[in-house]
Amino acid sequence: MSVLAYARRHGRESVAWYGGLGLLALRVMRNLRLPPSYLILVAREIDVIGVRSLVVALTASLFTGMVMALQFAVNLARFGAENYVGPVVALSILRELGPVLTAILVGGKIASGITAELGSMKVTEQIDALRAIGVNYIKKLIVPRLLAALLVFPLVTIMADAIGLLGGMLVVVFDRDVDPYLYWNTISYWVVMKDFLTGLGKSVVFGGLVTLIGCYNGLETDGGTEGLGRSTTDTVVQVAMAVIVSDFFLTKLMLILFW
Amino acid sequence: MAAAATGLVELHDVRKSFEQKEVLCGVSFSLRKGTTLAVMGGSGSGKTVLLRIASGLIRPDAGQVSLFGTRIERMREEAMLALRKRTGFVFQGAALFDSLSVFENVAYPLREHTNMSLGEITDRVHRFLSLVGMPDSDDLLPAELSGGMRRRVGIARALVMEPEVVFFDEPTAGLDPTNARLVAELIATLRAGVCDTAIVVTHDVGFADMIADQMAILYRGRFADLGTPSEIRASSNPDVRRFLAGDLRQD
Repeated sequence: MSVLAYARRHGRESVAWYGGLGLLALRVMRNLRLPPSYLILVAREIDVIGVRSLVVALTASLFTGMVMALQFAVNLARFGAENYVGPVVALSILRELGPVLTAILVGGKIASGITAELGSMKVTEQIDALRAIGVNYIKKLIVPRLLAALLVFPLVTIMADAIGLLGGMLVVVFDRDVDPYLYWNTISYWVVMKDFLTGLGKSVVFGGLVTLIGCYNGLETDGGTEGLGRSTTDTVVQVAMAVIVSDFFLTKLMLILFW
Repeated sequence: MAAAATGLVELHDVRKSFEQKEVLCGVSFSLRKGTTLAVMGGSGSGKTVLLRIASGLIRPDAGQVSLFGTRIERMREEAMLALRKRTGFVFQGAALFDSLSVFENVAYPLREHTNMSLGEITDRVHRFLSLVGMPDSDDLLPAELSGGMRRRVGIARALVMEPEVVFFDEPTAGLDPTNARLVAELIATLRAGVCDTAIVVTHDVGFADMIADQMAILYRGRFADLGTPSEIRASSNPDVRRFLAGDLRQD
């Protein structure tokens, strides 16, 4: 296959993928209102997503906070600005690393799980069975997961932010002999609520995006177990790419709107 | 949507392609109440695609599809749900929900669409499980069932809402001769009661003979012939004669 034909085919596939994702998002919007009996599904998904993701998100955040503190403590000291380690670590975590790392790690894990589950249902015709019974599978399978993610991602991000800041404090206190009060005082002086809220806003968008990608790839799975493996792998990669790329645009948007 | 059809299921000049391959190229028929239509043809002839189009699970590229007098070929999924409650679909692989027990699988449509009490649901589920020869199997999981048992549970689930039309996708395919005969006899028995209007896709001529009021042979994306079983047997169409002689290949 020539380079041009390869590029054309992949271009076509990409357009189809983005279009399909957009159409799924529209269908989800049309079906957001759930019957009361489906609310238990949302609760179940909150439990599944929350429990599955906490350890991963908090461990990553703790060590990220510690690494950031180590790096900034050493390098800011070169400019005589070691006192600003706290705010710099806090701004990095609250505005970027908290939501982005949580979305990539938790999102990859959750979304690939969703793809595997829905993909398995797709290849064994269980989704068609739901449709044939007259069940709205968007309301039954997609909306509860999406609503749960929109709630869980910000909550996990808040916890990840807190643990990350704590990790930073541990390093500056025990490794750099900085007074913990100084660490927290400089943070509370320089960091404002807006910094925290913009990060939280991103986490809501990331939660929706990664869940939609997981659901879409699951619903589009074909080709039996081989296709299922391919879809799951694609989801991990696409979730990471979607979070990183959308983060840039979200950051720009939030700087325009709130700065 | 226009409501102009007279049969419960009507297809007019339906066409469907997958990538470059034209699977259906102008299929038409009308299924009236109390009629069982057996659609036969070789592997890859498009029988399952036809059944899925007739039930609204996939859309045709062209042509008209009516279900209960309502045009559905361009209908939104959400709008289709009300019509689908009036139909049953038996999948070739049964498509049971693998995390649910036999009882929960059969009870699923009742829980979704009715306000029946637990006692009423239990009675109805047990009645249909008995009807398909699967009493005392409530707590079994689909993974614990044989192919024939799964197929029978699938039939019970499709019939439990007492649908007006049932779509059967190769109900005897892949089963050993004993199980295939049992499922065939079951469907023949059900015709007299809860399942008098159906489209059955099969490549098994003997089974089709047992259950069908009308037969159609699908070949090269079209019906080579459509008529009563005796008309089909007497057909002078060379493709039909070759199919009945087991000598018809899909190109």
